[in-house]
Amino acid sequence: MSIDIDTARKVAKLARIRVEEPDLPALAGELSGILTFMEQLNEVDVTGVEPMTSVTPMRLKRRADVVTDGNIQAQILANAPDAREGFFAVPKVVE
Amino acid sequence: MSANELTIAAARDALRKGDLTAVDLTMACLTAMDAGDELNAFVHKTPEIALDQARAADARLKAGDAPSLCGIPLGIKDLFCTKGVPSQAASNILRGFKPEYESTVTTKLFAAGGVMLGKLNMDEFAMGSSNETSCYGNAVNPWRRGNDETALTPGGSSGGSAAAVAADLCLAATGTDTGGSIRQPAAFVGITGIKPTYGRVSRWGIAAFASSLDQAGPMTKSVRDAAILLEAMAGHDPKDSTSADLPVPDFEAMLTGDIRGKKIGIPREYRMDGMPDEIEKLWADGQAMLKDAGAEIVDISLPHTKYALPAYYVIAPAEASSNLARYDGVRYGHRAKLAQGDGITEMYEKTRAEGFGKEVQRRVMIGTYVLSAGFYDAYYNRARKVRALIKRDFEFAFAAGIDAILTPATPSSAFGLGEMASADPVEMYLNDVFTVTVNLAGLPGIAVPVGLDRKGLPLGLQLIGRPWEEGDLLNHAYVLEKAAGFVAKPEKWW
Repeated sequence: MSIDIDTARKVAKLARIRVEEPDLPALAGELSGILTFMEQLNEVDVTGVEPMTSVTPMRLKRRADVVTDGNIQAQILANAPDAREGFFAVPKVVE
Repeated sequence: MSANELTIAAARDALRKGDLTAVDLTMACLTAMDAGDELNAFVHKTPEIALDQARAADARLKAGDAPSLCGIPLGIKDLFCTKGVPSQAASNILRGFKPEYESTVTTKLFAAGGVMLGKLNMDEFAMGSSNETSCYGNAVNPWRRGNDETALTPGGSSGGSAAAVAADLCLAATGTDTGGSIRQPAAFVGITGIKPTYGRVSRWGIAAFASSLDQAGPMTKSVRDAAILLEAMAGHDPKDSTSADLPVPDFEAMLTGDIRGKKIGIPREYRMDGMPDEIEKLWADGQAMLKDAGAEIVDISLPHTKYALPAYYVIAPAEASSNLARYDGVRYGHRAKLAQGDGITEMYEKTRAEGFGKEVQRRVMIGTYVLSAGFYDAYYNRARKVRALIKRDFEFAFAAGIDAILTPATPSSAFGLGEMASADPVEMYLNDVFTVTVNLAGLPGIAVPVGLDRKGLPLGLQLIGRPWEEGDLLNHAYVLEKAAGFVAKPEKWW
């Protein structure tokens, strides 16, 4: 499977990473190389094998449904690039 | 011998006896750290925190309340969130980020009396095998080839940790290992590094790369130190739902040096085409050492080994693409300067293009691709099935009575910085060929320095253990360490 320039553009868009047009051919080439390497997996007979979903078979623990944390607005916002009036601020989303 | 050259065990005993104070020991390390700037191992220094912690440790020592790590100066990989101290995962996207909280591992280390000297260099988001993807520039290996001054890689991703420990800038360091990131750098600088069983150490507060593969572990000057530090790092944490609710044994007490009757598996699939004869010989020497100690050497087969790397390079980027979606310029870290009329999508795209380095971008995009509609089954699901088969290979070996598996740690000794610059990304990935199976199967693995190659560089072997049997694994490593008698140190040039 090789990745063409259109696919590379689409993947960059899905990943929300800006890639300039002139950089797309090189990116497509690199991604194709990696995918070719992955294609070895097609040699393996995986009939009847369940995909591994957890490393150690264990039941996820549950805890009481109670508040354990909170009232830390200032801490939450402390690292925000832009915070106003107790909220994260971003460019206009809705016209 | 200067105090910074001590092992944890030796320093602990000297501190408890009163032959040394934690403040003096910390000062010796701070001096060594400042003199080691050419190694670019420490990227954020925290001398004030270190001295405060050292003073507190001295008070505890005086009061007779001194856990193993009391007063022990440590380096912390930049991937760990440390309260009020820059924690950037070596990425520009987290420039300026100072966590409001402390990772579980560092919380435990500090509670045990540990002293933090500063944060250590690494590959960006732990993605790399040479430390060259770091936003701080690469750390440098304290070792050099013979008379040659070429700067060598300390390995990756925990390269700063490896360089700092090997150069005696600290007594020990924390690392993390997703595909070999503790064991490969440990082998490249001649120190010990253990990746515990998945779930043994809490991942809470460690910037996530691939959540089903990531584990933190110690990087130390001896196997005994690895036992001491692992015990302090390990344990159940309600804040990490994958952390195992199992008691943490006294690992140090399990170092009996007796492995008589143990069965050591030698997997034939690890004998790669084109393996350097020096690695082949090292491996054979290691087998002889364990056999001399009374263990039985058994040939085993792990038939799906060959598919571990391609499976890893589907699963790890897939998980990374999800984990790294949080770096969007909204809540923390870098946000790109926007042009007139730019909306939120432009903000995301520009922020991530500026903040992530090339290798991270590549992996996020590969992960995005393998998870995208139409390819999920062909790549991601298939890789997870192959992963199940790789795990099963190990389960069969252990069910047949194997106690530990011996393999090389790396396919070569440390290579030159920049040597791989023109290589295909896949060539760099081959560094993980012996280590990555262990992450996929969730097993504990340890790299132990065993010898030097013709160029005078350290080479290590890896031992792989049964799940949750780190104590037994460390004991095997302890026997190998004693038999190998590796005491070489890099000649100081920095």
